[in-house]
Amino acid sequence: MAKKFDIDIFSKWCKGCGLCIAICPKKVLELSEQVKSVPVRPDDCIGCHQCDNVCPDMAITVKERD
Amino acid sequence: MPREDVKKLLRTKFMPHIWCPGCGHGIIMHAILRALADLKIPQDQICISSGIGCSSRMPGYIDACTLHTAHGRSLAFATGVKMANPGLTIVNVMGDGDGTAIGGNHFIHACRRNIGITAVVMNNNIYGMTGGQASPTTPEGAFASTAPYGAVDPTFDICKLAEGAGATFVARATVAQPAMCEQILKKAILHQKKGFAVVEIVSFCHTQFGRKNKRSRPMDNFNFLKDNSVMKAKADTMTAEELKGKIIIGEFVNIEDAREYTERYDEVIARAQKA
Repeated sequence: MAKKFDIDIFSKWCKGCGLCIAICPKKVLELSEQVKSVPVRPDDCIGCHQCDNVCPDMAITVKERD
Repeated sequence: MPREDVKKLLRTKFMPHIWCPGCGHGIIMHAILRALADLKIPQDQICISSGIGCSSRMPGYIDACTLHTAHGRSLAFATGVKMANPGLTIVNVMGDGDGTAIGGNHFIHACRRNIGITAVVMNNNIYGMTGGQASPTTPEGAFASTAPYGAVDPTFDICKLAEGAGATFVARATVAQPAMCEQILKKAILHQKKGFAVVEIVSFCHTQFGRKNKRSRPMDNFNFLKDNSVMKAKADTMTAEELKGKIIIGEFVNIEDAREYTERYDEVIARAQKA
């Protein structure tokens, strides 16, 4: 069974720059109508932490699902 | 929200920060915080100093001992802090203009002195805060508000400058490799016991530089840095022609047996007291 991850985006800090969306290898994230990044396919996440590391606003946390 | 140990180092009441959406400086701040958190340095033993500019807003967001000083003079202030309290871990953050133009003298002399400070130079090729004037690192031919027909001056190679001035740890990374930035910063922070460490992190300014140079979105700049960076080991096998316009990343200098300035200064104090 592959590991599952939860992506938590703190929308108050997100400025919608789109770096996380472009960098995600599994296309988990999308831009919402409020111009904030939202995880639309969290089950596809492989936990590479690239979005977390690249976020200039430090709004993303990737945690392993219990 | 970042992970818990990183969040502890943040002044969350001032977040979200002032930088533009997608700014490379945020990526560098995150890398610095992760490096400091991984090294488990107590908050009261960290000192972050900065000068003036976009990059120099960083200490405002970091919950440690912080110092926001005069333009280009951050290294002079950091030297004073280090001399007074050699036990502190000092990370001096500065921009390309702050470090190599206004503070050029402080920079080369801190390198020469080999004092235990980690200097992080965030190179975004432009004076972003003041309206996009050409800086010493604006590439030849690139447009800026003071160079509407393309910059004429050749650029500074910050790593070669630091190497020539005598820094004992010199490395470069770009924001397109956040994990590599973190690794290099960790090494540079640990190098403080042996002397001056310079880390040039190539960032971008899509608002002022990108707008005039056909890279107006953060992702355009990010991909540009990713496509144009070459690891040092590969660059050694390439010709000068092939390396034109490329950014060489990696560790350039790492002298392990260097002696740190405060140590040598303590010896002088001991000699003077005997006399």
